[in-house]
Amino acid sequence: MINDVIAIIQDYWLLLLIGQYPNGPLGGLANTLILSAFSIMLAFPVSIILALARLSKWRLLRWPVTGLVYVTRGVPLLMLILWSYFLVPLWTGADVPSFVTMLTTLVVYQGAFLSEVVRAGIVALGSGQMDAARALGHSSLGAMRFIILPQALYNMIPSIISTFVSTIKDTTLGYVINVPDLTFAASQVNNQLLTQPFQVFFILAVVYYAICWSLTHVANIVERRITRRRAGLSGGAAPVELVPAKIISEQL
Amino acid sequence: MNGFDLSAILRNPEYTAMLLHGIEMTFVIYIGSWLLAMTLALLLLCIRFSPLRFGGRAVAAYVSYHRNVPTLVQLMLWYFGIFTLFPPGLTSWLAAHNAETIFAVIGLGLCQAAYFSEDLRSGLRSVSPGQMEAAKALGHSYVSAMRFVIMPQGVRNAFPPLINHSVSLFKNSSLAIVIGASELTHAVKEVENLSFRTFEIYLVGTVLYLFFSLLIMGAGAYLSMRADPVRSARA
Repeated sequence: MINDVIAIIQDYWLLLLIGQYPNGPLGGLANTLILSAFSIMLAFPVSIILALARLSKWRLLRWPVTGLVYVTRGVPLLMLILWSYFLVPLWTGADVPSFVTMLTTLVVYQGAFLSEVVRAGIVALGSGQMDAARALGHSSLGAMRFIILPQALYNMIPSIISTFVSTIKDTTLGYVINVPDLTFAASQVNNQLLTQPFQVFFILAVVYYAICWSLTHVANIVERRITRRRAGLSGGAAPVELVPAKIISEQL
Repeated sequence: MNGFDLSAILRNPEYTAMLLHGIEMTFVIYIGSWLLAMTLALLLLCIRFSPLRFGGRAVAAYVSYHRNVPTLVQLMLWYFGIFTLFPPGLTSWLAAHNAETIFAVIGLGLCQAAYFSEDLRSGLRSVSPGQMEAAKALGHSYVSAMRFVIMPQGVRNAFPPLINHSVSLFKNSSLAIVIGASELTHAVKEVENLSFRTFEIYLVGTVLYLFFSLLIMGAGAYLSMRADPVRSARA
């Protein structure tokens, strides 16, 4: 069993990590990580826009965006992937690589999820910060840009890392539309071997575990550091009176 | 594509029968894995709170595995991997008895148990220790204090994350299509293959998923209101 696993890794590490024909120069783990990184980078600005729209005082802006967020969160990601699988080519009128389809879907999906995090971060700051900024002569947009968002985003760094982890896990669904990611590469290896499916998928699970566990670990370290800084123990940014519910429950 | 025509799907008895069967199988998978997950989660909680030396660590490892490995990979490992290691007699019996659905229930249930047990644990931890002392002072044994004082409060505290995770379990049931279970997403794809009305059938599928998700959310909100009217009114 162990020998099989080692043999598979020796024979196929290139395909699993970097990828080769027929998936172009990139594939496997490289594609998974690139896809996740791009999704989160694009989903982040989207989420800020969505959150600000949901907090705005104009109903015409607030209601459609709230609806969009609810729909995106109430429908399985697989369904959204299948949607963009035929909508993205329809809009662009071209043969779109499945990578782009998957990227589009993940940006919308994670954008909707992150927007809830951003919104909660802004709401949790309380109205005092906004009132103070307005009293000092900021416009409400300026106050948002220079006072509220920097504090809210700083507090959200751990959530963003954990969203990154869930994005990595979500990229596996690209398997359904043949995105050449790690899962796809592993199933290709499985198709070539045919005799050792357990070993192949075991390796796949271990690789995902290693990546996601280490990122979760980073998120925990960052969260602890932010909490300490907020409590004023190590200087840095001004302490904000905000303790997330998670930390409260951990202290009990 | 010749214009948007929803009735082409909804008026066709063959397609509606497929969709209904898909809904039925989705709920079989959902309810089966929900019950499995809840049972396992309670078991994990018992192990975690028991005085066993390695209990806590074993449960932590279980939770860590199921949170850090994508659900799809877990399903694939079960169906394409572990299934092949079973003895041949069992394999053929399972293959004759809808193995895809059974493994979807097992895979999703085991995975969701990790989340449920964490929800329940944080719910229990937010019950103050004084409650246990007070219950004991009033003559409760450990078990009856757990049963009548701690658990009701803890479960009540755990309601919001439990509802969230119940909805995401429902959405994750769509992953079963990858291992070949004939649930709702599968039915949608099948109708698409037959009718070529891609846009319409995906709209129908999406609306169905959204409807049931909102239904589960609403049912959860109703239950938590029944369990704790005061706090729900405040929230």
